[in-house]
Amino acid sequence: MDAQTTHRRGRPRILLGAAAAILVIALSACSGGDFPQSSLHPTSDFGRDIDALYRTILWWAIGVFVVVEAALVVTIIKFRQRRSSKAPQQVHGSTLLEISWTLAPAVVLIFIAVPTIRTIFRTDGTAPEGALQVEVIAHQWWWEFHYPEFGVVTANEMHVPVGRPVALAMTSKDVIHSFWAPKLGGKRDVMPGRTTHIAFSADSVGEVYGQCAEFCGESHANMRMRVVVDDSTGFEAWVAQQLAPPAPAETLSEQEQQGLDLYRTRGCIACHTVEGVSAGVIGPNLSHVGGRSTIASSILPNTAEGLARWLSDPPAEKPGSLMPRMPMTEDEVAALAAYLLSLN
Amino acid sequence: MTHAEATHHTSTGLDSRKIGMWAFIGSECLLFGSLISTYLVYQGKSVAGPTTHEILNIPLTSVSTFVLLMSSLAMVLALAAVTRGDTLWTRVWLATTALLGLIFLGFQAYEFTTFVHEGLTLQTNLFGSTFFVLTGTHGAHVAVGVLWLLSLLVRSFQGKLGAEKALNVELAGLYWHFVDVVWIVIFTVVYLLQ
Amino acid sequence: MASSAPADAMTLRSRIWSWVTTTDHKRIGILYGVSAFAFFMLGGFEALIMRLQLSGPDAGIVSADTYNQLFTMHGTTMVFLAVMPLSAAFFNFVVPLQIGARDVAFPRLNAFSYWVFLLGGLFMNVSFLVGAAPNAGWFGYANLTSAQFSPGVNVDFWAIGLQILGIASIAAGINFIVTIVNLRAPGMRLMRMPVFTWMTLVTQFIVVTAFPVITVALVFLMFDRTFGTNFYSVAAGGEVLLWQHLFWLFGHPEVYILILPAMGIVSEVIPTFSRKPLFGYAVVVYSGLLIAILGWGVWAHHMFQVGLGPIADSVFAATTMLIAIPTGVKIFNWIATMWGGKLNFTTAMLFSVGFIAMFIIGGLSGVMHSSPPADLQQTDTYFVVAHFHYVLVGGAVLGLFSGIYYWWPKVFGRMLSESIGKWHFWLTVIGANLTFFPMHFIGLLGMPRRIYTYDAALGLDTMNLVATIGAFAMALGSLVFVGNVLWTWRKGEAADANPWDGAMLEWAMPSPPPVYNFSVIPTVKSRLPLWSEDGYEPKPLPEDPPGPIHLPGGSYWPFVTAVGIIVAAAGLLTGSLWVALAGIGVLVVGIYAWALEPFEV
Repeated sequence: MDAQTTHRRGRPRILLGAAAAILVIALSACSGGDFPQSSLHPTSDFGRDIDALYRTILWWAIGVFVVVEAALVVTIIKFRQRRSSKAPQQVHGSTLLEISWTLAPAVVLIFIAVPTIRTIFRTDGTAPEGALQVEVIAHQWWWEFHYPEFGVVTANEMHVPVGRPVALAMTSKDVIHSFWAPKLGGKRDVMPGRTTHIAFSADSVGEVYGQCAEFCGESHANMRMRVVVDDSTGFEAWVAQQLAPPAPAETLSEQEQQGLDLYRTRGCIACHTVEGVSAGVIGPNLSHVGGRSTIASSILPNTAEGLARWLSDPPAEKPGSLMPRMPMTEDEVAALAAYLLSLN
Repeated sequence: MTHAEATHHTSTGLDSRKIGMWAFIGSECLLFGSLISTYLVYQGKSVAGPTTHEILNIPLTSVSTFVLLMSSLAMVLALAAVTRGDTLWTRVWLATTALLGLIFLGFQAYEFTTFVHEGLTLQTNLFGSTFFVLTGTHGAHVAVGVLWLLSLLVRSFQGKLGAEKALNVELAGLYWHFVDVVWIVIFTVVYLLQ
Repeated sequence: MASSAPADAMTLRSRIWSWVTTTDHKRIGILYGVSAFAFFMLGGFEALIMRLQLSGPDAGIVSADTYNQLFTMHGTTMVFLAVMPLSAAFFNFVVPLQIGARDVAFPRLNAFSYWVFLLGGLFMNVSFLVGAAPNAGWFGYANLTSAQFSPGVNVDFWAIGLQILGIASIAAGINFIVTIVNLRAPGMRLMRMPVFTWMTLVTQFIVVTAFPVITVALVFLMFDRTFGTNFYSVAAGGEVLLWQHLFWLFGHPEVYILILPAMGIVSEVIPTFSRKPLFGYAVVVYSGLLIAILGWGVWAHHMFQVGLGPIADSVFAATTMLIAIPTGVKIFNWIATMWGGKLNFTTAMLFSVGFIAMFIIGGLSGVMHSSPPADLQQTDTYFVVAHFHYVLVGGAVLGLFSGIYYWWPKVFGRMLSESIGKWHFWLTVIGANLTFFPMHFIGLLGMPRRIYTYDAALGLDTMNLVATIGAFAMALGSLVFVGNVLWTWRKGEAADANPWDGAMLEWAMPSPPPVYNFSVIPTVKSRLPLWSEDGYEPKPLPEDPPGPIHLPGGSYWPFVTAVGIIVAAAGLLTGSLWVALAGIGVLVVGIYAWALEPFEV
């Protein structure tokens, strides 16, 4: 029984179309600005070390891909059956070929293994003397940051000075999470009962996007963060701002005052710390929340609108969130938002 | 053995069930290996509760170990008896093996209840969890073995365990010896190498 | 005393009963195939909903918890209920025929494995009906799976369900090891066995050694959840990493369980449609053995982001790179088989060639993962999702479809349509590439995996949409396959004994084979029995057996024993001692009845 052969005319066209699509997609990955969480546009020494290694391996992989796929394509075109084809020679093997194509990949792998091992040791998370120590404590589903050098406690938005080595010491209060700010380098899991480390030195000022990268429950997708790289004066100013005492109540507007009253009476004090007002530790420290660019572990912008969305119904924005929905009128929500925004 | 099995050609010349039992034993090695490895990884890491030094009774467990070793001897003798068609001694040695196995289990039960009274349970600490799950799994294997042996004993009394059925006893024997060897390892790792 | 009564003489009831009590490897193979394919469609449906949810940011198609259940069940279903049982369908139907046996070593154990698999798969999916499907990932990391952080029954369904499936797999593993080691026809030396049989043997060794490890890991989890033990308890000084080590010690060999059978299939299909023997038979066999052994030494490459330290990372990087060599060697041997051949691109051949083309990509992204620093950017992102789908869909699934088209005529006595098959192939391959190739970029550009939505600001909307479109193309391809089956079920061309002019023994008998397989057990004299002048004897095999052939009848005790296990599991799940004891009772009765019933192999 003779089976049909496939139509080869359609094949090159399909292959061409596929190649074009791939090219479009590949080229679209070129610009770092369009992809704020890209690992391909590093802005730290750790990130660049990894990127250099990645590109070395990528080129070897592309090389092997081209050679082997070409061998496959040539074979299937050259030896497809035709009416004129004779019975093929019944070859069983070739020791020489087996040795060659065992050794060749082994050699390629050596070119990958050597830089790999070098980079492993260079990027093993030990930071140099004088690095800025930042303690990262992961929670379901937000990030807590401590700066023991200054006594600063904040959440979800980490600031670091450009050019100075930073040493992250990370642990979790509940389940396994993973700290990942791709432009600053690779990820590291954050576990209960253990401390893990990342060391890096950022080389350009700007805001870096990050996200939890180990499945940690219902709102894993919503556990995001920002790392802001400041120049040295900017960083000093940020630290000073974090340490500044709260603004006196008299300086608050009427709406902000109403917000403060709501903060005190609608249960917020049970979970949050606002210096001088409350000392809750279940949720993020809000003493200087007004100065952050995002809210609720970076799922919403820190604006009146963003805060209104969040405060109206936290579990709707972050399913599984421990922060309950407190019934409030629109005005009350706006007032509370205004108060929080005032906490610079 | 059925007439079909008697005439069946096999590639190795061995009965399929014997090879099957060896494959099963190989698999069980990984099972107990994982349990023992976990025990070793957590050794000395308990943060509270009784430790090995405080609670393990080596003299007592040496006796139960000896009992289990003797049961393997009885098993060997049972196989020898059934192979030569000796109905009486087949039953004696099968019963002896099962009895010694039950005595071993009795010692285990005593040990477990003593430990609970002394404050070591499954939940107490890492030692409690790893110890009880490891030795409990082993004990469950011994219990299954005892049931198997008693079933063979019943078959013998029904006149269905003649010399042509020696393989059935041999298979039980392989299992029984394996369970004994596992105990030697557990005894060494848990009791002797604290 | 097994002969099937003429079809019209059997009532529907007795026909169903004959399937429930069958111990015939050919029927069990069909049962596995049909069930596995149904689960494959279910897992695919789960994937389609996931892709719809991810077609844009904040799509709002499903809730976070539903999405988490979907990705957990998609992975669990595809690995344990689709690919593994589909491979088992081939082990069952093909291996005894290839080695010249009348059945497997333990036919009732074989039936038992099937029923336990089916009931276990149903058990796990019943969880959807109570709105509590497993939702902690197919890999269920501690301590998210602890009673504290996963208080519902979702994780219990998962852990108990997997234990049940493990029992089925280990039993089948033992069965096939003994079958291949002990029931080969005279002259069928090990190095004369077809590569598919070899890969089956190697896979079963991996199964019986790897599954006990996850059994222990799951026992620890269930004890922690149910009895308050401390295996994964940080407060008691335990290590959450213990789970990961145990899981991946199982989990990495598991991926070789998933791929080696498909590689075995490709090793049969390519020579047949190249009209040439497999190039480097011994090397292909040994590389499979080497992969199985080395596969035990690479597990922590799933843990590079944990921070095991530079020495551990370096060792596992090295072992992982090493395993790429025997894997690559197979690919070169397949290409060399085709080189100089007379290539006939039937659908089966297309799928095998597609396997090679896509597995190369999956293998290369695997090499990229083998470097720990680079992997710190790639792991837990869509890059690794791309990698394992290239090897599992582009590899295992394409290989299995190749096997389906290849052996369909033998199993059912009918040809599938080649023209519909080509549509199936192209839709699947184009769809798979459209779905999974962009994922390499999506991952490197910052999208982690296991997330039900993503920030629009990441710039990944378009690529995600493309991936979703690809997924629907793949789904269409699978539907086309179903259409092919339905279309040809009655109208398809009847198949003769050897429609593809294959070389192995399964082609030496009618399609479908008679219940006794070989009229006379042949003596094998060549690695290519049907392609060699003097390949086997008697040649040809007599049409009818010279004398009566004794075959075991059916038995319902495997089914009863399997039911006992499920009932006991239900008792464990619901915390009901009586139900558990009832299940154990049925189990014990089943085992004794099975042991004591007259059953001659």
